Amino acid sequence: MSVFDGLKFRKVFSPIHNLDPRIKFIYVIAIFISAILFSQILPLAILFLMQLPFVFLARVQKQWVRSLRGAAFLAGFIFIVNILTTYFYNDFNLTALNVESALAMTMRFVVLVESFSVFFLTTSPDYLGLALEQSRVPYEFAFAFTTAVRFVPVLAEEAQTIMDAQKARGLELEKGSLLKRIRNYIPILIPLIVSAIRRSLELAEAMESRAWGATKKRTNLYLLKLHKGDYILLGITALILIVTIYVRFFLPEAIPLISSFF
Amino acid sequence: MIIIEDIHYSYASNIEALKGVSLTIKDGDFIAIMGQNGAGKTTFIKHFNGLLKPSSGTVRVNGVETTKTSVAALAKNVGFVFQNPDNQLFSETVEDEIAFALKNFGFDKETIEKRVTWALDFLSLTQYRKTSPFLLSGGERKRVALASVLAWDPETLVLDEPTIGQDHEQKEKLRQFITQLQTKNKTVVMVTHDVEFVAECNPRVILMRGGKIVADGIAKDILTNSKLLEESSIVLPQITQIFTKLSPLGLPTDIIDINEAELTILSKVKERQTQ
Repeated sequence: MSVFDGLKFRKVFSPIHNLDPRIKFIYVIAIFISAILFSQILPLAILFLMQLPFVFLARVQKQWVRSLRGAAFLAGFIFIVNILTTYFYNDFNLTALNVESALAMTMRFVVLVESFSVFFLTTSPDYLGLALEQSRVPYEFAFAFTTAVRFVPVLAEEAQTIMDAQKARGLELEKGSLLKRIRNYIPILIPLIVSAIRRSLELAEAMESRAWGATKKRTNLYLLKLHKGDYILLGITALILIVTIYVRFFLPEAIPLISSFF
Repeated sequence: MIIIEDIHYSYASNIEALKGVSLTIKDGDFIAIMGQNGAGKTTFIKHFNGLLKPSSGTVRVNGVETTKTSVAALAKNVGFVFQNPDNQLFSETVEDEIAFALKNFGFDKETIEKRVTWALDFLSLTQYRKTSPFLLSGGERKRVALASVLAWDPETLVLDEPTIGQDHEQKEKLRQFITQLQTKNKTVVMVTHDVEFVAECNPRVILMRGGKIVADGIAKDILTNSKLLEESSIVLPQITQIFTKLSPLGLPTDIIDINEAELTILSKVKERQTQ
Protein backbone atom coordinates (compact mmCIF):
# COMPACT_ATOMS: atom_id res chain seq x y z
CA MET A 1 0.00 0.00 0.00
CA SER A 2 2.99 2.26 -0.52
CA VAL A 3 1.01 4.32 -3.05
CA PHE A 4 -1.34 5.45 -0.31
CA ASP A 5 1.50 6.19 2.07
CA GLY A 6 2.77 8.64 -0.54
CA LEU A 7 -0.47 10.59 -0.27
CA LYS A 8 -0.99 10.49 3.47
CA PHE A 9 -0.80 13.83 5.21
CA ARG A 10 1.47 14.18 8.22
CA LYS A 11 1.57 17.27 10.33
CA VAL A 12 4.88 19.09 9.78
CA PHE A 13 5.61 22.80 10.04
CA SER A 14 7.14 24.07 6.86
CA PRO A 15 6.66 27.04 4.53
CA ILE A 16 4.92 24.71 2.06
CA HIS A 17 2.50 23.32 4.63
CA ASN A 18 1.52 26.85 5.59
CA LEU A 19 0.59 27.87 2.07
CA ASP A 20 -3.06 28.42 1.24
CA PRO A 21 -4.48 25.18 -0.21
CA ARG A 22 -6.38 27.09 -2.88
CA ILE A 23 -3.19 28.61 -4.30
CA LYS A 24 -1.40 25.29 -4.01
CA PHE A 25 -4.20 23.67 -5.95
CA ILE A 26 -4.01 26.32 -8.68
CA TYR A 27 -0.26 25.67 -8.83
CA VAL A 28 -0.83 21.91 -9.21
CA ILE A 29 -3.37 22.53 -11.97
CA ALA A 30 -0.87 24.81 -13.73
CA ILE A 31 1.76 22.06 -13.59
CA PHE A 32 -0.88 19.62 -14.81
CA ILE A 33 -1.74 21.84 -17.81
CA SER A 34 1.95 22.40 -18.63
CA ALA A 35 2.66 18.67 -18.48
CA ILE A 36 -0.24 17.98 -20.84
CA LEU A 37 0.81 20.73 -23.27
CA PHE A 38 4.39 19.53 -23.68
CA SER A 39 5.19 16.21 -25.22
CA GLN A 40 8.98 16.54 -25.37
CA ILE A 41 11.25 15.14 -22.75
CA LEU A 42 13.23 18.29 -22.02
CA PRO A 43 10.43 20.61 -20.81
CA LEU A 44 8.87 17.71 -18.91
CA ALA A 45 12.18 17.03 -17.19
CA ILE A 46 12.37 20.70 -16.26
CA LEU A 47 8.85 20.50 -14.81
CA PHE A 48 9.95 17.45 -12.82
CA LEU A 49 13.03 19.20 -11.43
CA MET A 50 11.05 22.33 -10.60
CA GLN A 51 9.06 20.41 -7.96
CA LEU A 52 12.14 19.29 -6.07
CA PRO A 53 12.63 22.54 -4.09
CA PHE A 54 9.03 22.18 -2.86
CA VAL A 55 9.66 18.62 -1.74
CA PHE A 56 12.80 19.58 0.17
CA LEU A 57 11.30 22.75 1.66
CA ALA A 58 8.35 20.71 2.91
CA ARG A 59 10.69 17.97 4.24
CA VAL A 60 8.54 15.19 2.81
CA GLN A 61 11.30 13.52 0.73
CA LYS A 62 10.78 10.07 2.24
CA GLN A 63 7.02 9.89 1.65
CA TRP A 64 7.44 11.53 -1.75
CA VAL A 65 9.96 8.91 -2.88
CA ARG A 66 7.54 6.27 -1.64
CA SER A 67 4.71 7.68 -3.77
CA LEU A 68 7.00 7.66 -6.82
CA ARG A 69 8.00 4.10 -6.09
CA GLY A 70 4.31 3.23 -5.90
CA ALA A 71 3.78 4.82 -9.31
CA ALA A 72 6.81 3.05 -10.81
CA PHE A 73 4.82 0.03 -11.97
CA LEU A 74 2.27 2.12 -13.86
CA ALA A 75 5.06 4.31 -15.27
CA GLY A 76 6.82 1.21 -16.56
CA PHE A 77 3.57 0.02 -18.08
CA ILE A 78 3.05 3.35 -19.88
CA PHE A 79 6.60 3.21 -21.23
CA ILE A 80 6.24 -0.35 -22.54
CA VAL A 81 2.83 0.27 -24.14
CA ASN A 82 4.19 3.40 -25.86
CA ILE A 83 7.25 1.59 -27.16
CA LEU A 84 5.21 -1.40 -28.36
CA THR A 85 2.54 0.63 -30.15
CA THR A 86 5.08 2.77 -32.02
CA TYR A 87 7.07 -0.37 -32.79
CA PHE A 88 4.12 -2.14 -34.38
CA TYR A 89 2.78 1.02 -35.97
CA ASN A 90 6.10 1.78 -37.70
CA ASP A 91 6.34 -1.64 -39.33
CA PHE A 92 8.58 -3.11 -36.63
CA ASN A 93 11.04 -0.23 -36.60
CA LEU A 94 12.21 1.53 -33.51
CA THR A 95 14.06 4.84 -33.73
CA ALA A 96 15.74 6.86 -31.02
CA LEU A 97 12.94 9.38 -31.46
CA ASN A 98 10.34 6.73 -30.62
CA VAL A 99 12.16 5.83 -27.43
CA GLU A 100 12.42 9.49 -26.52
CA SER A 101 8.73 10.14 -26.98
CA ALA A 102 7.85 7.04 -24.96
CA LEU A 103 10.14 8.35 -22.22
CA ALA A 104 8.43 11.73 -22.46
CA MET A 105 4.98 10.15 -21.98
CA THR A 106 6.29 8.31 -18.93
CA MET A 107 7.86 11.51 -17.62
CA ARG A 108 4.53 13.29 -18.05
CA PHE A 109 2.84 10.71 -15.84
CA VAL A 110 5.62 10.96 -13.25
CA VAL A 111 5.28 14.77 -13.17
CA LEU A 112 1.52 14.47 -12.55
CA VAL A 113 1.98 11.93 -9.76
CA GLU A 114 4.78 14.02 -8.28
CA SER A 115 2.82 17.25 -8.10
CA PHE A 116 -0.36 15.67 -6.73
CA SER A 117 1.72 13.80 -4.18
CA VAL A 118 3.34 17.03 -2.98
CA PHE A 119 -0.09 18.66 -2.77
CA PHE A 120 -1.69 15.89 -0.71
CA LEU A 121 1.40 15.37 1.44
CA THR A 122 1.47 19.01 2.49
CA THR A 123 -2.24 19.86 2.75
CA SER A 124 -4.26 18.71 5.75
CA PRO A 125 -7.74 17.37 4.89
CA ASP A 126 -9.22 19.98 7.22
CA TYR A 127 -7.64 22.85 5.31
CA LEU A 128 -8.73 21.28 2.08
CA GLY A 129 -12.32 21.19 3.29
CA LEU A 130 -12.03 24.78 4.45
CA ALA A 131 -10.66 25.81 1.06
CA LEU A 132 -13.57 24.12 -0.70
CA GLU A 133 -16.10 25.77 1.59
CA GLN A 134 -14.56 29.19 1.06
CA SER A 135 -14.64 28.59 -2.66
CA ARG A 136 -18.45 28.37 -2.25
CA VAL A 137 -18.63 24.62 -2.67
CA PRO A 138 -21.72 23.46 -0.70
CA TYR A 139 -20.72 22.17 2.72
CA GLU A 140 -22.17 18.69 2.06
CA PHE A 141 -19.81 18.22 -0.88
CA ALA A 142 -16.82 19.69 0.92
CA PHE A 143 -17.51 17.36 3.83
CA ALA A 144 -17.90 14.32 1.60
CA PHE A 145 -14.61 15.15 -0.09
CA THR A 146 -12.58 15.60 3.10
CA THR A 147 -14.11 12.46 4.59
CA ALA A 148 -13.15 10.49 1.50
CA VAL A 149 -9.58 11.75 1.70
CA ARG A 150 -9.42 10.94 5.39
CA PHE A 151 -10.68 7.41 4.85
CA VAL A 152 -8.01 6.46 2.32
CA PRO A 153 -5.53 5.18 4.96
CA VAL A 154 -8.36 3.36 6.76
CA LEU A 155 -9.32 1.62 3.54
CA ALA A 156 -5.69 0.78 2.80
CA GLU A 157 -5.42 -0.91 6.18
CA GLU A 158 -8.66 -2.76 5.61
CA ALA A 159 -7.44 -3.95 2.20
CA GLN A 160 -4.40 -5.42 3.94
CA THR A 161 -6.58 -7.29 6.46
CA ILE A 162 -8.81 -8.62 3.68
CA MET A 163 -5.76 -9.82 1.75
CA ASP A 164 -4.56 -11.61 4.88
CA ALA A 165 -7.98 -13.20 5.41
CA GLN A 166 -8.13 -14.53 1.84
CA LYS A 167 -4.51 -15.69 1.87
CA ALA A 168 -5.39 -17.64 5.02
CA ARG A 169 -8.01 -19.41 2.89
CA GLY A 170 -5.41 -20.45 0.36
CA LEU A 171 -5.72 -17.60 -2.15
CA GLU A 172 -2.46 -17.03 -4.02
CA LEU A 173 -2.48 -13.54 -5.49
CA GLU A 174 0.71 -13.87 -7.53
CA LYS A 175 -0.15 -17.15 -9.22
CA GLY A 176 -1.45 -17.94 -12.68
CA SER A 177 -1.79 -16.11 -15.99
CA LEU A 178 -2.40 -12.35 -16.20
CA LEU A 179 -6.16 -12.87 -16.47
CA LYS A 180 -6.12 -15.23 -13.50
CA ARG A 181 -4.13 -12.75 -11.48
CA ILE A 182 -6.64 -10.01 -12.17
CA ARG A 183 -9.46 -12.37 -11.20
CA ASN A 184 -7.59 -13.17 -8.00
CA TYR A 185 -8.40 -9.65 -6.84
CA ILE A 186 -12.17 -10.21 -6.90
CA PRO A 187 -12.15 -11.78 -3.39
CA ILE A 188 -10.25 -8.69 -2.21
CA LEU A 189 -12.30 -6.02 -3.96
CA ILE A 190 -15.80 -7.23 -3.10
CA PRO A 191 -15.34 -7.29 0.70
CA LEU A 192 -13.54 -3.94 0.43
CA ILE A 193 -16.40 -2.30 -1.46
CA VAL A 194 -19.10 -3.91 0.68
CA SER A 195 -17.44 -2.83 3.90
CA ALA A 196 -16.86 0.70 2.54
CA ILE A 197 -20.56 1.00 1.74
CA ARG A 198 -21.53 -0.47 5.09
CA ARG A 199 -19.14 1.89 6.84
CA SER A 200 -20.51 4.92 5.02
CA LEU A 201 -24.09 4.02 5.97
CA GLU A 202 -23.06 3.61 9.59
CA LEU A 203 -21.17 6.89 9.47
CA ALA A 204 -24.23 8.65 8.05
CA GLU A 205 -26.47 7.27 10.81
CA ALA A 206 -23.96 8.18 13.51
CA MET A 207 -23.65 11.70 12.11
CA GLU A 208 -27.38 12.22 11.86
CA SER A 209 -27.86 11.06 15.42
CA ARG A 210 -25.36 13.74 16.38
CA ALA A 211 -27.46 16.40 14.62
CA TRP A 212 -25.43 16.82 11.48
CA GLY A 213 -26.83 19.59 9.30
CA ALA A 214 -29.11 20.94 12.05
CA THR A 215 -28.06 24.55 11.41
CA LYS A 216 -28.35 25.83 7.90
CA LYS A 217 -25.73 28.56 8.22
CA ARG A 218 -22.35 27.36 9.34
CA THR A 219 -19.55 29.55 10.58
CA ASN A 220 -15.90 28.55 10.75
CA LEU A 221 -13.45 29.02 13.59
CA TYR A 222 -10.56 29.35 11.16
CA LEU A 223 -10.64 31.38 7.98
CA LEU A 224 -8.15 31.09 5.15
CA LYS A 225 -6.30 34.31 4.36
CA LEU A 226 -3.68 34.88 1.71
CA HIS A 227 -0.18 35.69 2.99
CA LYS A 228 3.03 36.85 1.35
CA GLY A 229 4.09 33.29 0.48
CA ASP A 230 0.77 32.66 -1.25
CA TYR A 231 1.21 35.71 -3.49
CA ILE A 232 4.73 34.57 -4.35
CA LEU A 233 3.45 31.11 -5.31
CA LEU A 234 0.66 32.70 -7.32
CA GLY A 235 3.32 34.74 -9.16
CA ILE A 236 5.39 31.62 -9.84
CA THR A 237 2.30 29.85 -11.11
CA ALA A 238 1.43 32.68 -13.47
CA LEU A 239 5.03 32.73 -14.71
CA ILE A 240 5.00 28.97 -15.37
CA LEU A 241 1.76 29.27 -17.32
CA ILE A 242 2.96 32.25 -19.37
CA VAL A 243 6.30 30.61 -20.21
CA THR A 244 4.57 27.32 -21.04
CA ILE A 245 2.03 28.90 -23.36
CA TYR A 246 4.63 31.15 -25.01
CA VAL A 247 7.11 28.34 -25.64
CA ARG A 248 4.45 25.84 -26.65
CA PHE A 249 2.55 28.02 -29.10
CA PHE A 250 5.04 30.62 -30.27
CA LEU A 251 8.37 28.81 -30.11
CA PRO A 252 7.47 25.16 -30.71
CA GLU A 253 10.57 24.70 -32.89
CA ALA A 254 12.89 25.91 -30.15
CA ILE A 255 12.41 22.81 -27.95
CA PRO A 256 15.42 20.61 -28.63
CA LEU A 257 15.07 16.85 -28.89
CA ILE A 258 17.69 14.85 -27.07
CA SER A 259 17.84 12.28 -29.86
CA SER A 260 18.69 15.01 -32.40
CA PHE A 261 22.04 15.55 -30.66
CA PHE A 262 23.29 12.16 -31.80
CA MET B 1 2.96 -29.02 16.11
CA ILE B 2 3.99 -25.38 16.15
CA ILE B 3 7.29 -24.39 17.72
CA ILE B 4 7.94 -20.71 18.26
CA GLU B 5 11.39 -19.67 19.39
CA ASP B 6 12.14 -16.19 20.71
CA ILE B 7 10.32 -14.22 18.04
CA HIS B 8 10.38 -10.44 17.77
CA TYR B 9 8.15 -8.48 15.44
CA SER B 10 8.08 -4.78 14.57
CA TYR B 11 5.51 -3.06 12.39
CA ALA B 12 6.57 -0.59 9.69
CA SER B 13 5.80 2.20 12.15
CA ASN B 14 8.69 0.89 14.31
CA ILE B 15 6.36 -0.26 17.06
CA GLU B 16 7.74 -3.48 18.49
CA ALA B 17 4.63 -5.61 18.95
CA LEU B 18 6.40 -8.81 20.00
CA LYS B 19 9.45 -8.72 22.24
CA GLY B 20 10.80 -12.24 22.46
CA VAL B 21 8.00 -14.81 22.57
CA SER B 22 8.58 -18.57 22.76
CA LEU B 23 5.86 -21.20 22.82
CA THR B 24 5.40 -24.83 21.88
CA ILE B 25 1.95 -25.89 20.74
CA LYS B 26 1.57 -29.65 20.71
CA ASP B 27 -0.97 -31.57 18.61
CA GLY B 28 -4.29 -31.66 20.41
CA ASP B 29 -3.59 -28.64 22.60
CA PHE B 30 -6.42 -26.26 23.41
CA ILE B 31 -5.08 -22.80 24.17
CA ALA B 32 -6.72 -19.48 24.99
CA ILE B 33 -4.55 -16.41 24.53
CA MET B 34 -5.69 -13.53 26.70
CA GLY B 35 -4.45 -10.04 27.50
CA GLN B 36 -5.44 -6.41 27.20
CA ASN B 37 -5.77 -4.54 23.90
CA GLY B 38 -2.39 -3.98 22.28
CA ALA B 39 -0.74 -6.86 24.14
CA GLY B 40 0.31 -8.41 20.82
CA LYS B 41 -2.17 -11.31 20.72
CA THR B 42 -3.32 -10.90 17.12
CA THR B 43 0.21 -10.12 15.93
CA PHE B 44 1.34 -13.31 17.63
CA ILE B 45 -1.27 -15.65 16.12
CA LYS B 46 -0.72 -14.20 12.64
CA HIS B 47 2.71 -15.83 12.82
CA PHE B 48 1.16 -19.31 13.01
CA ASN B 49 0.24 -19.44 9.31
CA GLY B 50 2.94 -17.12 8.03
CA LEU B 51 0.76 -14.04 7.49
CA LEU B 52 3.47 -12.27 9.48
CA LYS B 53 7.07 -13.38 9.45
CA PRO B 54 9.16 -12.73 12.57
CA SER B 55 11.79 -9.96 12.44
CA SER B 56 14.00 -12.35 14.41
CA GLY B 57 13.53 -15.81 15.89
CA THR B 58 11.79 -18.74 14.21
CA VAL B 59 8.31 -20.23 13.83
CA ARG B 60 8.13 -23.87 12.73
CA VAL B 61 4.89 -25.53 11.69
CA ASN B 62 5.35 -29.31 11.56
CA GLY B 63 9.08 -28.73 11.24
CA VAL B 64 8.80 -26.24 8.35
CA GLU B 65 10.03 -22.71 8.97
CA THR B 66 7.31 -20.18 8.04
CA THR B 67 9.81 -17.88 6.32
CA LYS B 68 10.62 -20.65 3.83
CA THR B 69 7.11 -21.36 2.55
CA SER B 70 3.90 -19.62 1.45
CA VAL B 71 0.83 -18.71 3.47
CA ALA B 72 -1.30 -20.86 1.18
CA ALA B 73 0.86 -23.92 1.88
CA LEU B 74 0.76 -23.32 5.64
CA ALA B 75 -2.96 -22.51 5.60
CA LYS B 76 -3.80 -26.08 4.73
CA ASN B 77 -2.54 -27.13 8.16
CA VAL B 78 -3.38 -24.00 10.07
CA GLY B 79 -6.92 -22.67 9.57
CA PHE B 80 -7.31 -19.06 10.64
CA VAL B 81 -10.71 -17.48 11.31
CA PHE B 82 -10.56 -13.69 11.37
CA GLN B 83 -12.38 -11.59 13.91
CA ASN B 84 -14.49 -9.73 11.37
CA PRO B 85 -16.30 -11.99 8.88
CA ASP B 86 -16.85 -9.03 6.55
CA ASN B 87 -13.13 -9.12 5.77
CA GLN B 88 -13.57 -12.29 3.77
CA LEU B 89 -17.14 -12.75 2.52
CA PHE B 90 -17.44 -12.09 -1.21
CA SER B 91 -19.32 -14.94 -2.90
CA GLU B 92 -22.83 -14.94 -4.27
CA THR B 93 -24.01 -17.77 -2.06
CA VAL B 94 -23.02 -19.17 1.30
CA GLU B 95 -22.26 -22.45 -0.47
CA ASP B 96 -19.72 -20.78 -2.82
CA GLU B 97 -18.16 -18.97 0.09
CA ILE B 98 -17.47 -22.21 1.89
CA ALA B 99 -16.22 -23.88 -1.29
CA PHE B 100 -13.74 -21.05 -2.01
CA ALA B 101 -10.86 -22.37 0.10
CA LEU B 102 -11.54 -25.95 -0.97
CA LYS B 103 -11.17 -24.90 -4.62
CA ASN B 104 -7.98 -23.01 -3.79
CA PHE B 105 -6.52 -26.14 -2.23
CA GLY B 106 -7.50 -28.15 -5.29
CA PHE B 107 -9.97 -30.64 -3.81
CA ASP B 108 -12.05 -32.59 -6.35
CA LYS B 109 -15.67 -31.72 -6.99
CA GLU B 110 -17.12 -34.62 -5.06
CA THR B 111 -15.07 -33.88 -1.95
CA ILE B 112 -15.96 -30.18 -2.14
CA GLU B 113 -19.68 -31.02 -2.29
CA LYS B 114 -19.35 -33.40 0.67
CA ARG B 115 -17.32 -31.01 2.82
CA VAL B 116 -19.59 -28.03 2.09
CA THR B 117 -22.68 -30.02 3.07
CA TRP B 118 -20.97 -31.19 6.23
CA ALA B 119 -19.82 -27.67 7.24
CA LEU B 120 -23.26 -26.16 6.54
CA ASP B 121 -24.92 -28.80 8.65
CA PHE B 122 -22.37 -28.54 11.42
CA LEU B 123 -22.91 -24.81 11.93
CA SER B 124 -26.69 -24.98 11.29
CA LEU B 125 -26.47 -22.99 8.07
CA THR B 126 -28.07 -25.52 5.72
CA GLN B 127 -31.17 -23.36 5.23
CA TYR B 128 -28.95 -20.53 3.95
CA ARG B 129 -27.08 -22.67 1.41
CA LYS B 130 -28.24 -20.61 -1.59
CA THR B 131 -28.56 -17.27 0.25
CA SER B 132 -26.15 -14.40 -0.27
CA PRO B 133 -23.84 -14.16 2.76
CA PHE B 134 -24.38 -10.39 2.78
CA LEU B 135 -28.04 -10.86 3.67
CA LEU B 136 -27.29 -12.79 6.87
CA SER B 137 -27.11 -11.33 10.37
CA GLY B 138 -23.77 -10.54 12.02
CA GLY B 139 -23.70 -13.76 14.04
CA GLU B 140 -24.64 -15.86 11.01
CA ARG B 141 -21.94 -14.22 8.88
CA LYS B 142 -19.46 -15.11 11.58
CA ARG B 143 -20.57 -18.74 11.39
CA VAL B 144 -20.20 -18.72 7.60
CA ALA B 145 -16.62 -17.49 8.04
CA LEU B 146 -15.99 -20.28 10.54
CA ALA B 147 -17.61 -22.87 8.27
CA SER B 148 -15.47 -21.72 5.34
CA VAL B 149 -12.35 -22.59 7.32
CA LEU B 150 -13.64 -25.76 9.00
CA ALA B 151 -14.56 -27.16 5.61
CA TRP B 152 -10.99 -28.16 4.77
CA ASP B 153 -10.52 -29.76 8.18
CA PRO B 154 -7.17 -28.18 9.15
CA GLU B 155 -5.23 -29.86 11.94
CA THR B 156 -4.84 -26.57 13.80
CA LEU B 157 -7.62 -24.01 14.12
CA VAL B 158 -6.81 -20.43 15.11
CA LEU B 159 -9.80 -18.32 16.17
CA ASP B 160 -9.55 -14.57 16.67
CA GLU B 161 -12.28 -13.45 19.07
CA PRO B 162 -14.77 -16.19 18.16
CA THR B 163 -17.46 -15.25 20.70
CA ILE B 164 -18.00 -11.61 19.74
CA GLY B 165 -21.56 -11.01 18.55
CA GLN B 166 -22.71 -14.54 19.36
CA ASP B 167 -25.64 -15.21 21.66
CA HIS B 168 -25.37 -17.68 24.49
CA GLU B 169 -26.71 -20.60 22.51
CA GLN B 170 -24.14 -20.10 19.76
CA LYS B 171 -21.34 -19.76 22.31
CA GLU B 172 -22.41 -23.02 23.88
CA LYS B 173 -22.41 -24.65 20.45
CA LEU B 174 -18.93 -23.28 19.80
CA ARG B 175 -17.76 -24.74 23.09
CA GLN B 176 -19.21 -28.15 22.31
CA PHE B 177 -17.70 -27.96 18.88
CA ILE B 178 -14.23 -27.24 20.28
CA THR B 179 -14.64 -30.17 22.66
CA GLN B 180 -15.53 -32.32 19.69
CA LEU B 181 -12.39 -31.18 17.87
CA GLN B 182 -10.39 -32.10 20.98
CA THR B 183 -11.59 -35.68 20.73
CA LYS B 184 -10.28 -35.76 17.15
CA ASN B 185 -6.89 -34.60 18.48
CA LYS B 186 -7.14 -31.26 16.65
CA THR B 187 -5.29 -28.23 17.97
CA VAL B 188 -7.32 -25.13 18.81
CA VAL B 189 -5.87 -21.72 19.62
CA MET B 190 -8.23 -18.85 20.35
CA VAL B 191 -7.69 -15.21 21.20
CA THR B 192 -10.42 -13.85 23.41
CA HIS B 193 -11.44 -11.26 25.99
CA ASP B 194 -14.38 -13.38 27.07
CA VAL B 195 -13.27 -14.58 30.50
CA GLU B 196 -16.55 -16.44 31.18
CA PHE B 197 -16.18 -18.38 27.95
CA VAL B 198 -12.62 -19.33 28.85
CA ALA B 199 -13.78 -20.43 32.32
CA GLU B 200 -16.43 -22.66 30.72
CA CYS B 201 -14.00 -24.15 28.18
CA ASN B 202 -11.19 -24.74 30.65
CA PRO B 203 -8.23 -24.59 28.22
CA ARG B 204 -4.54 -23.91 28.79
CA VAL B 205 -4.36 -20.13 29.22
CA ILE B 206 -1.57 -17.91 27.96
CA LEU B 207 -1.53 -14.36 29.21
CA MET B 208 0.23 -11.72 27.14
CA ARG B 209 1.24 -8.21 28.12
CA GLY B 210 3.39 -5.68 26.26
CA GLY B 211 4.47 -8.13 23.57
CA LYS B 212 5.53 -10.87 26.00
CA ILE B 213 4.02 -13.96 27.55
CA VAL B 214 3.59 -13.23 31.26
CA ALA B 215 1.79 -16.39 32.33
CA ASP B 216 1.15 -19.84 30.91
CA GLY B 217 -0.81 -22.50 32.76
CA ILE B 218 -4.12 -24.26 33.29
CA ALA B 219 -7.23 -22.05 33.35
CA LYS B 220 -7.90 -22.81 37.00
CA ASP B 221 -4.52 -21.41 38.07
CA ILE B 222 -4.54 -18.30 35.91
CA LEU B 223 -8.20 -17.25 36.03
CA THR B 224 -8.18 -17.34 39.83
CA ASN B 225 -5.00 -15.28 40.22
CA SER B 226 -6.60 -11.88 40.84
CA LYS B 227 -3.31 -9.96 40.94
CA LEU B 228 -2.13 -11.35 37.63
CA LEU B 229 -5.47 -10.71 35.93
CA GLU B 230 -5.78 -7.19 37.30
CA GLU B 231 -2.42 -6.27 35.76
CA SER B 232 -3.82 -7.39 32.40
CA SER B 233 -7.18 -5.55 32.80
CA ILE B 234 -9.08 -8.82 33.07
CA VAL B 235 -11.72 -9.38 35.74
CA LEU B 236 -12.10 -12.70 37.52
CA PRO B 237 -14.88 -15.00 36.27
CA GLN B 238 -18.12 -14.21 38.16
CA ILE B 239 -18.13 -17.54 39.89
CA THR B 240 -14.58 -16.92 41.16
CA GLN B 241 -15.58 -13.44 42.32
CA ILE B 242 -18.38 -14.91 44.43
CA PHE B 243 -16.11 -17.54 45.93
CA THR B 244 -13.45 -14.90 46.69
CA LYS B 245 -16.05 -12.83 48.51
CA LEU B 246 -17.28 -15.88 50.41
CA SER B 247 -13.78 -17.08 51.32
CA PRO B 248 -14.13 -15.85 54.96
CA LEU B 249 -16.80 -18.57 55.31
CA GLY B 250 -14.16 -21.15 54.53
CA LEU B 251 -14.88 -21.58 50.81
CA PRO B 252 -11.96 -22.09 48.40
CA THR B 253 -11.08 -19.23 45.98
CA ASP B 254 -9.84 -21.31 43.08
CA ILE B 255 -13.17 -22.24 41.51
CA ILE B 256 -13.99 -21.45 37.87
CA ASP B 257 -16.39 -24.23 37.00
CA ILE B 258 -20.10 -24.09 37.81
CA ASN B 259 -20.40 -27.79 38.50
CA GLU B 260 -17.42 -27.71 40.80
CA ALA B 261 -18.91 -24.67 42.54
CA GLU B 262 -22.19 -26.45 43.05
CA LEU B 263 -20.52 -29.52 44.53
CA THR B 264 -18.36 -27.40 46.84
CA ILE B 265 -21.36 -25.45 48.13
CA LEU B 266 -23.44 -28.59 48.57
CA SER B 267 -20.74 -30.32 50.56
CA LYS B 268 -20.30 -27.19 52.71
CA VAL B 269 -24.04 -27.03 53.36
CA LYS B 270 -24.19 -30.70 54.27
CA GLU B 271 -21.21 -30.25 56.58
CA ARG B 272 -23.07 -27.46 58.41
CA GLN B 273 -26.28 -29.50 58.63
CA THR B 274 -24.54 -32.42 60.27
CA GLN B 275 -22.87 -30.16 62.82
